[in-house]
Amino acid sequence: MFLWVIQRDLLLAMRQRADVLTTLFFFIIVVSLFPLGVGPEMNMLRIMAPGVVWVAALLSSMLSLERMFFSDYLDGTLEQMLLSPQPLSLLVLGKALAHWLVTGLPLVLIAPVLGIQFNLPMDSLLVLTASLLLGTPVLSLIGAIGAALTLGLRGGGVLVSLLVLPLYIPVLIFGTGAVEASSVGLGASTHLSLLGALLLASLVLTPWAAAAALRISME
Amino acid sequence: MAINWFKYSSPASFYSLAGKMTPLFSITAFALFVAGLYIGFFVAPTDFQQSEAYRIIFIHVPAAWMSMFLYLIMASWAAIGLAFNTRLSSMIATAIAPTGAMFTFLALWTGALWGKPMWGTWWVWDARLTSELILLFLYIGFMALQAAIDDPRRADKAGAVIALVGVVNIPIIYFSVKWWNTLHQGATVSLTQSPKMAATMLTSMLIMGLACWMYSIAVVLMRTRTIILERERHTMWVSELQGTA
Repeated sequence: MFLWVIQRDLLLAMRQRADVLTTLFFFIIVVSLFPLGVGPEMNMLRIMAPGVVWVAALLSSMLSLERMFFSDYLDGTLEQMLLSPQPLSLLVLGKALAHWLVTGLPLVLIAPVLGIQFNLPMDSLLVLTASLLLGTPVLSLIGAIGAALTLGLRGGGVLVSLLVLPLYIPVLIFGTGAVEASSVGLGASTHLSLLGALLLASLVLTPWAAAAALRISME
Repeated sequence: MAINWFKYSSPASFYSLAGKMTPLFSITAFALFVAGLYIGFFVAPTDFQQSEAYRIIFIHVPAAWMSMFLYLIMASWAAIGLAFNTRLSSMIATAIAPTGAMFTFLALWTGALWGKPMWGTWWVWDARLTSELILLFLYIGFMALQAAIDDPRRADKAGAVIALVGVVNIPIIYFSVKWWNTLHQGATVSLTQSPKMAATMLTSMLIMGLACWMYSIAVVLMRTRTIILERERHTMWVSELQGTA
């Protein structure tokens, strides 16, 4: 059932490839805007790069959250999922992971290329990619709570950002911290371990909270 | 004789109880504010380092305390409302949020006013300041979510979920912000290493803290009464209340 949810969401995403590409291009455009905004000074860009990439990843993950449950909510699939004997939290976990595979993973893969644009050294590129790999699933998982709570509300898209962005802050801090720590020679393992801890904690806790939120929203 | 505490979990009986208690807390709050401010401004000595500007702590510190306490209290009422499906607990949680947000804003604002003469800047990305700012975002998110949902029961429950998620996250946010700041630069300013305070300063601050508590209780009771009336406007007891009033 869990795999079925992931498979189905991936299939749906593949049928509407434009949606996936929109998120990816949004990410690329936001990152490219910063050199235009602050000027092409390479030293400054190198310092800013982890923060810029991470903030862009936060925004693009958040913008695609609405899609996580909304189409299923509209065509009634979500209602059937609620009625199914499978635990709802498992289904939510599946949907969150599918969301990450569709929106998070492409960002992780494209990030090194953007890092090169910002003149990041090789070690930093690796750490940046590793931190994104650990951090972006957390964004999808926390975002599932926000998406479930704002399901079918007017102004849901703006509201979800208000709810979810403050909760994203630890991921942002540890993600950018990892890159900065490795570039000053402190080693990124502390920050990466903390990101891993966040990932494990949110894997356990958020599906449960998001399932509760879904039940409230679907009453 | 056992008191039936559950009697007051009914909105109708809580309404009259809150009505009786509100003036009591308001008067206490007013008296404590007057006493606290008097000691703060006329009795407490001038600080030899910070001169008169330090006196802002008499409102700043209590406001910061309240901002954190109120979030915890709000989340616990919301949790009770979610777990036991009691209407009144959720109403109290809803009533606490604006007061909590107000105190958070007040703590940030007075902190900025103090920071300008002392640190030479309105704002520093210090761990405490940043986590207080995030707390304000959490309050605003809670209120915005409840405002967006028309059905009050759904609003209560959805608000409870986000308040509880926030409670789990507050320690994580706090520590992440703390480490984030201290990793790069040594803390140039630390609020925790305050010099030993004169006893009168401490008294005044504690009295002001109590006054803020009383004020919060009074305001929350008043707001809860309004929410009760709004939600129960179709019931018998409210229309009877209107008849007698």
